[in-house]
Amino acid sequence: MNKPLRATDLQPDDDGPLYTAQKKIYPQSVTGPFRRIKWILMAVCLGIYYFLPFVRWNRGLGAPDQAVLIDLANNRFYFFAIELWPQEIYYFTGLLIVAAIVLFLMNSLGGRVWCGYLCPQTVWTDLFYAVERFVEGDRRERMRKAGEGFKLQRAAELALKHSIWLMIAWWTGGAWVLYFADAPTLIKELVTFDAPMVAYIWIGILTFTTYTLAGFMREQVCVYMCPWPRIQAALTDEWALNVTYKYDRGEKRSSLKKAAQLRALGEPVGDCVDCNQCVAVCPTGIDIRNGPQLDCIQCGLCIDACDNVMKKIGRPTRLIGYDNDINIHRRMEGKPEIFKPIRARTVIYTVIIVAIGGAMLYKLANRTLLDVNVLHDRNPVAVRLSDGSVRNGYTVRFLNKRGFDRVVAIDVEGPPNAVIHVVGSDSITPDRPMIILGRDTTTELRVLVDSNSADDTPQSVPVTFHVTDIGLGEVASTKDVFVTP
Amino acid sequence: MADHSHHVEIDKVTGTATTGHEWDGIKELNTPLPRWWIWTFYATIIWSIGYFIVYPAWPMVNGYTRGLFGYSSRAELDVDLAKLDQVRGEKMQALATASLEEIEKNPALLALARAKGKVVFGDNCAPCHGSGAAGGKGYPNLNDDDWLWGGTLEQIEKTIKFGARSGHDDGHMGNMLAFGKDGVLTKEQIVEVANYVRSLSGLSTRPGVDLAAGKQVFADNCVACHGDDAKGNQELGAPNLTDRIWLYGSDEATIIDTVTNGRAGVMPAWIGRLDPTTIKAMAVYVHSLGGGK
Ligand code: SF4
Ligand code: SF4
Repeated sequence: MNKPLRATDLQPDDDGPLYTAQKKIYPQSVTGPFRRIKWILMAVCLGIYYFLPFVRWNRGLGAPDQAVLIDLANNRFYFFAIELWPQEIYYFTGLLIVAAIVLFLMNSLGGRVWCGYLCPQTVWTDLFYAVERFVEGDRRERMRKAGEGFKLQRAAELALKHSIWLMIAWWTGGAWVLYFADAPTLIKELVTFDAPMVAYIWIGILTFTTYTLAGFMREQVCVYMCPWPRIQAALTDEWALNVTYKYDRGEKRSSLKKAAQLRALGEPVGDCVDCNQCVAVCPTGIDIRNGPQLDCIQCGLCIDACDNVMKKIGRPTRLIGYDNDINIHRRMEGKPEIFKPIRARTVIYTVIIVAIGGAMLYKLANRTLLDVNVLHDRNPVAVRLSDGSVRNGYTVRFLNKRGFDRVVAIDVEGPPNAVIHVVGSDSITPDRPMIILGRDTTTELRVLVDSNSADDTPQSVPVTFHVTDIGLGEVASTKDVFVTP
Repeated sequence: MADHSHHVEIDKVTGTATTGHEWDGIKELNTPLPRWWIWTFYATIIWSIGYFIVYPAWPMVNGYTRGLFGYSSRAELDVDLAKLDQVRGEKMQALATASLEEIEKNPALLALARAKGKVVFGDNCAPCHGSGAAGGKGYPNLNDDDWLWGGTLEQIEKTIKFGARSGHDDGHMGNMLAFGKDGVLTKEQIVEVANYVRSLSGLSTRPGVDLAAGKQVFADNCVACHGDDAKGNQELGAPNLTDRIWLYGSDEATIIDTVTNGRAGVMPAWIGRLDPTTIKAMAVYVHSLGGGK
């Protein structure tokens, strides 16, 4: 091999039409480590999705006991020991940012791995293919049957396949709504047709989308509809490991027999025997030997397929493997391969993930279950009373995030001789008003603060409101100002 | 030129059939959309036809097609509003039957009355008292603790209902007489009494003014309304002259003006203009502003 090969050299001048009508793809079954990883991940992901709503979590009397619950009616989100309020929506923002960066990190390490192993579209399509294979047989059989005319047995097969698909799709939609209400109760209501209309509508929508996207659209979603391939193509750098056909080893392709002859003559010959197994198993129907392609979801199934072939013909495995062009060229130049998982971008991504994740965990660990916010009256900002003292009005909002009622005392600190009144509450302790906060609610009260400041000059002094739980001793504070007219 | 004969021209580079259209040497390839896309388009077209028939859609010379179901967004809004009225109706019922004290003791009713009262106050009372009820010269501040006609819930409700000097039979009466204009007091006496009442609330007095004379003038002319101790009389709407709150201002010139020309601000009667529940809500709102007794 005199002239170094490039990926583009592999493509013949006439590359065929730019666009061809969509070909139906009949991926062949395959065994191997990547297939096994995919089965395991599928079981884990689907297991979590389908059964998580049934996991219980004791939060005490009166609170929902579902481990993961999005309670839209009451604006609460429960995730095991964590209960989030609408004010804490920033946790979700943080989570989304972390998720995006994790995706970036995965991409800079292993290209489109998300697509190949974890994306719901892939997981469900894989499941639907498994059903199809189970009912109709493997690639050859399916292709043969597709060409045949109508037969009773064929009709029965199709009916069976579509009913299994629809059942999976329906269960998928059903599991979705269970995250938004108490699962056992909702199931009972669904069965007796007492469930809210919106539940049926969502089940219908998700049944339909699962059935069409996983049963019919399949790889077209990944190729035409999903924005991620385009984004990830821009994010990938030359060091990222992608499913790669190692053309330095594979070319020239020839049949097994011819290869043996050429080898005997000392002619250069590659390991690829042109058996097309890698193409047959590919769920997006591409030929990885044409070089890196946007359509490749990096599922690694072609690696398994080719490895099986290589084992059979007694050549080293991983003619196709996670690799990059840099290493192909290094090998061709006789240099050792290098892998660089630690690069500027992977370090930066990791730092961002750790920073945001850490900040969120810190905030979560130091989350207060008693909170107070205050809003100063704007009109009038201050009132002079008949005895010359000054009164300021505030709207105070108390948040009790605990699952029980509690009694809190309100103290104010700052203005001289401050006296505090709560409108609409007769406290038994007049100079230290006490109020009851309902469990898991916010309470808004109008609070008046009087101060007999001797000074008549207009001024504003800082004022701090302390809210003290009489039973638990928990204290929440907030600051504002006290204004003298 | 493009080949307009019937045989299909194949583009050499891509191997795709062309449509035969050519412009500036560029030929258009015949690359149809995927089948499913086309069917989606067809489905939307069919959907839109159904939509045209079912919903109001087609404009006509005088009107529009009503659709099969006679749907109208206005009718839907009416239904929603009726529902809202019903929901509010139940709460308002509670507001209407509860006493003023009960409302103030019940957090839910208090919040409702305050919300309702604030809106009605903004519409009706804010022109005089200000949007935050801070008042102004001649218009009492309703946030403070000084009340001309009384600051209990019942007194506030009564004042809102019947007003002051409003012409309503049950309205508050009582005027500050024009002692100067009517020739009852001389200019000098007025200066004396003005400085005397300023001294009552601890304000400075003009040097050289005989405060004892002012006290005498007060005793002879003012105690009937403002009382021996000058603490006022809420029956007559006579203000307390010993506190720090002055409706028209506490400077000497303003007080002289008050004594010379009298005062008789009018608070309109709201009964008949606002329904009793609304007046109740407003009384609770004003009471909760902070000044209520
Ligand atoms: S080329 Fe290989 S890795 Fe890419 S999608 Fe096809 S089978 Fe999966
Ligand atoms: S499976 Fe391996 S040997 Fe067979 S065609 Fe693909 S790359 Fe070549």
